Amino acid sequence: MKYVDEFRDGKLAQNIARTIAREASTGRSYRFMEFCGGHTHAISRYGVADFLPANVRMIHGPGCPVCVLPVGRIDLAIGLALERGVTLCSYGDPLRVPASGGLSLLKARARGGDIRMVYSASDALSIARANPEREMVFLAIGFETTTPPTALLIKQARAEGRNNLSVLCNHVLTPSAIMHILQSPEVREYGTVPLDGFIGPAHVSAVIGSRPYEHFAREYRKPVVISGFEPLDVMQSILMLIRQINDGRAEVENEFSRAVTREGNRKAQALVAEVFELRRTFEWRGLGEVPYSALKIRAEYAAFDAEHRFGLRNTPVPDNPACECGAILRGARKPADCKLFGAACTPENPMGSCMVSSEGACAAHYAYGRFKDAEIVAA
Amino acid sequence: MCLALPARIIELRENESAVVDLGGVRKEISLALVVGAEVGDYVIVHAGYALSKLDTGEAEATLRLFAELGEARADTGNVP
Ligand code: SF4
Repeated sequence: MKYVDEFRDGKLAQNIARTIAREASTGRSYRFMEFCGGHTHAISRYGVADFLPANVRMIHGPGCPVCVLPVGRIDLAIGLALERGVTLCSYGDPLRVPASGGLSLLKARARGGDIRMVYSASDALSIARANPEREMVFLAIGFETTTPPTALLIKQARAEGRNNLSVLCNHVLTPSAIMHILQSPEVREYGTVPLDGFIGPAHVSAVIGSRPYEHFAREYRKPVVISGFEPLDVMQSILMLIRQINDGRAEVENEFSRAVTREGNRKAQALVAEVFELRRTFEWRGLGEVPYSALKIRAEYAAFDAEHRFGLRNTPVPDNPACECGAILRGARKPADCKLFGAACTPENPMGSCMVSSEGACAAHYAYGRFKDAEIVAA
Repeated sequence: MCLALPARIIELRENESAVVDLGGVRKEISLALVVGAEVGDYVIVHAGYALSKLDTGEAEATLRLFAELGEARADTGNVP
């Protein structure tokens, strides 16, 4: 496939790997967080870590939208379907996330909830149009990539006077999450998660641009390299981070220049600003309450806000105590550190959210990495 | 959820939609979030919406950079 295969070329990967090995042989160590689940997936799937010298380590970050969705929010969606009789539309991945009382959206469907999987936000509008007698709620989740389509959905619903459609908004913001990690005690106080730099999001940055990262690159003296999702992109970005560290720089660089500009997608940004405003605080699985880290629907569009329409109140629900997702999302633990990993918890029967989406650290490690661990143990 | 591939626009449709080709698979997507996408352009598609156009010049430049890393190594004779 054009613009895909070239970025997976094994020979070029060797080139970059040798250059990394040479330039990283400085006697120090390098620890980088890949914020995005898309990068976590690429690193696991293509074995990028195998190409890296021992002193260069990748730490998984919280950039998997399904993984950071707290139990309480899924409970709200399940409650709407089972108790209020609404038709709930959701992207595929959230359906399997474990919620309270052993339920998930899928299990709620088996109990008679009208829960439908959609591929895009506009499918939700089509379903609402086709079923004017049904009350319809779209479970909106995701980072800055899925927010503009939700904004379009809400605007279109208003333009055509739809009165049977609302949105349960869980859209979260990348820059505030990165900032929160940098301020976390693990990074700042205990030094248990020493971070030397970030691999910045690919598609999120196509929307918001590279500019929003400039503040914390400066403020926290951490280099950021925005990277494409293909394995060569990730390796090149790791090399660029190593070079910044070696030169004593902490800048925002853009490896994914084929899709990301400094300004980002202004049309999408304008739409989002029109429909959404900042929430004062939002709960993230693993990170807890993060100030100004999520969006809510503006008062002008309250008729399309499921929280307003159904008078929903958010109740925080503790995660399964055996699940280490929280620590994994903060970069403090690895999937293999969890006792349930691969035994009680598998992608077919996930106990925690990190095992659900293919971008989740546990699911990626289960699919591509666990046999390598086994070999190491055997040796 | 965030995994997406560059797709080539093969046909523009009504209501800011387009048909794209994704390695032989055809799919209808929305162009409502991008400005000025034409047939033949590559776009990054995410959950049914094009999020940005792919700058093919930049893509080639990035690939050249990868290749040059190999040459630089040959120049220094530093072959492991
Ligand atoms: S393996 Fe399962 S239970 Fe353990 S941290 Fe990962 S998702 Fe949670």
